[in-house]
Amino acid sequence: MNFDLTEERQMLQDSLRRFLRDKYDTATRNGILESEAGFSADIWNGLAELGVIGALFTEEQGGFGGAGFDIAVVFEELGRAGVVEPLLDSAVLAGGLIADLGSEAQQEHIEALIGGALQLAFAHGEPTSRYDLERVTTTASQNGGDIVLNGRKAVVANAEAADMLVVSARESGEAGDQAGISLFLVPADTKGLTVTGYALLAGGRAAEVTLDDVTLPESARLGEAGKAFDAIEARVAVATTALCAETLGAMETACDLTREYLGTRKQFGRPIGSFQALAHRMSDLLIDLEQARSAVINAAGHLADDRASRERHVSAAKNLMGRVGRLVAEDTIQMHGGIAMTQEYELAHIAKRITMADHRFGDIDHHLERFIALSAA
Amino acid sequence: MDLSYTDEERAFREEVRQFLAEKLPKELSEKVRRGQELTKDDHERWHAILNDQGWLATNWPKEFGGAAWNAVQRHIFEEEAAAHHAPRIVPFGLSMLAPVLQKFGSKEQQDYWLPRILSGEDWWCQGYSEPGAGSDLASLKTTAVKDGDHYIVNGQKTWTTLGQHANMIFCLVRTDKDVKQQEGISFLLIDMETPGITVRPIILLDGGAEVNEVFFDNVKVPAENLVGEENKGWTYAKYLLTHERTNIAGVGFSQAGLSAVKRIAKSEMAGGRPLIENPHFAARVAQAEIDLMAMATTNLRIISKAAAGQAPGVESSMLKVKGTIIRQEINDLARRAAGIYAMPFASEAVAGSNDALPDPNEAGPVAAQYFNNRKLSIFGGSNEIQRQIIAKTTLGGAK
Repeated sequence: MNFDLTEERQMLQDSLRRFLRDKYDTATRNGILESEAGFSADIWNGLAELGVIGALFTEEQGGFGGAGFDIAVVFEELGRAGVVEPLLDSAVLAGGLIADLGSEAQQEHIEALIGGALQLAFAHGEPTSRYDLERVTTTASQNGGDIVLNGRKAVVANAEAADMLVVSARESGEAGDQAGISLFLVPADTKGLTVTGYALLAGGRAAEVTLDDVTLPESARLGEAGKAFDAIEARVAVATTALCAETLGAMETACDLTREYLGTRKQFGRPIGSFQALAHRMSDLLIDLEQARSAVINAAGHLADDRASRERHVSAAKNLMGRVGRLVAEDTIQMHGGIAMTQEYELAHIAKRITMADHRFGDIDHHLERFIALSAA
Repeated sequence: MDLSYTDEERAFREEVRQFLAEKLPKELSEKVRRGQELTKDDHERWHAILNDQGWLATNWPKEFGGAAWNAVQRHIFEEEAAAHHAPRIVPFGLSMLAPVLQKFGSKEQQDYWLPRILSGEDWWCQGYSEPGAGSDLASLKTTAVKDGDHYIVNGQKTWTTLGQHANMIFCLVRTDKDVKQQEGISFLLIDMETPGITVRPIILLDGGAEVNEVFFDNVKVPAENLVGEENKGWTYAKYLLTHERTNIAGVGFSQAGLSAVKRIAKSEMAGGRPLIENPHFAARVAQAEIDLMAMATTNLRIISKAAAGQAPGVESSMLKVKGTIIRQEINDLARRAAGIYAMPFASEAVAGSNDALPDPNEAGPVAAQYFNNRKLSIFGGSNEIQRQIIAKTTLGGAK
């Protein structure tokens, strides 16, 4: 048992923190938020040069990391700075699925991704699937040696920027079946693919994606026909852990800002942190922040376990992050008072990132229910 | 970063399990499992078994006859001991007084008192709190006046846990009234047999008598029983409070408590089905379990830091607050799980004398334990005091 970062991860953390401190201040980031693309190509390339994308993949896949703790270190730093560039979507989710399932030819995209030259998106969720990974109604049917996709994908992050989309579709079975789901690699300019984009509340962009007789060759399929569910679930577990780590980083920033504010803001002639009503509230946040850190460690440390243990720890972590996240976001705004209500103040964006994370990959209730089911099994 | 136990740590856990299976008397573990009160003999019996094994003073350095376990070893032992329903180790001599003597005591005091703690010859209790000095401990009023080669002690201590069994008490006493409160306190070792000492039990709301009042009326204490320097007692007291609270989070207790909740909720029926299948109850249990999983890792992170030589400061306050919140939540769940059979008055003492409690689910005195464990967030520095410490340490400029 050991809770120290390896030297490599320590270096990765240091260089990423330095990069973001120098290049990603509040004003810059708020400029990016308002930009048409919703993220900065310069920052993306800078992160790629720094090796941040490579750190998310194993050596076998062409990277130099890829373990739970590599991913956690990277995302905690991204979260601290409120980074909106689409590492989770391009790299962890879509890139990860290509690396996990792709043929040799498909795997070649990973090199371009790690180098910063490729954008990807994972089009999986649908208007009626909420957080259920197996609820896929988009269809994939055979037509004279080709595959034809029809359906609609909901809130697909990074879809507009993506050069290619990893799309899930059902080749057999009913909407709620785990069996029968396949994945396809779909170039963004494929006929019949419509991407209708919009900005997200907490930064970045997403889109509704419709597939209207999108016709693909057999070679577009990732992995085996109808057997993608296990890989999707395992990948989403990695992404959920990454999101938890990102939220942890954001909560660190929220707490740091609040601690500083309580020490400097004066009312009634004294720093407001000298009032117990606020001091004790701050102490509770710091205690729960340590709980959140432990939850991320537990999730990251069990990612390579068997399915039951992996998913149980991921659901435990996501539930705890959701609960602590709400507390941190609400209480840090409250303790700041009016200033935290302004868009230009750093905490505003950070609190939104923390809160909206509960809406991705399953919220508090979803994961509590899942944890109960996984514990009973 | 590695969450798995090493081969040595796994082997150690196996060794602990085997020891507990072989050496922990069934009568004792059964009493603990059923929440019954342990007698002085019960405590002394377990103390002696651990001492024979060399596993009593796990936190002491080897030079004083301790096992010098590292943080992970202690954690493993605590987990296994709680899972096997071993009696808790009475901490007053072993993990409260001993570290103070080892750090601040004279060679003579160390040579005399430490072996007696191991052998069980002395049963120590703690004389800190007073009726007027609770959270504001430094305002204590019990006085010790130097009179030749003796101190004369007058005053009153309270909340003295298991003081009815003790033959020795370590006390904080005021030796100077004319200086800042913290600078006039001394640390004194007092024989409970000395004339002028009266011990009176305090019956708690659960019906048990684990705490006492101790009165001092012109009690003569040899001057050689002063630990360290006169008027430096506050430093020693703080050292005692922050240094050796290795099990402050009570992770092992919470784990055992949660298992008990699940056991009760599996046999207790609600709406014709086991309570554990009720979604509302299951959700509360699951949330407590999720919090406990994180707490176990927080605890390990902090104690491994401590093992690497970094003294835990604000972290032990964090462990205290969160650990007690979780334990109390589990106590509440246990009480609810028992349903109507939580109502019969079954104190730990009563449970000890009555094997035929009416509850078919054998929940034990869960409601009494729930009330008894309200103490967790009050003693050892109330949770509000801990929050104050955290705020003071982390807010810096906002003091």
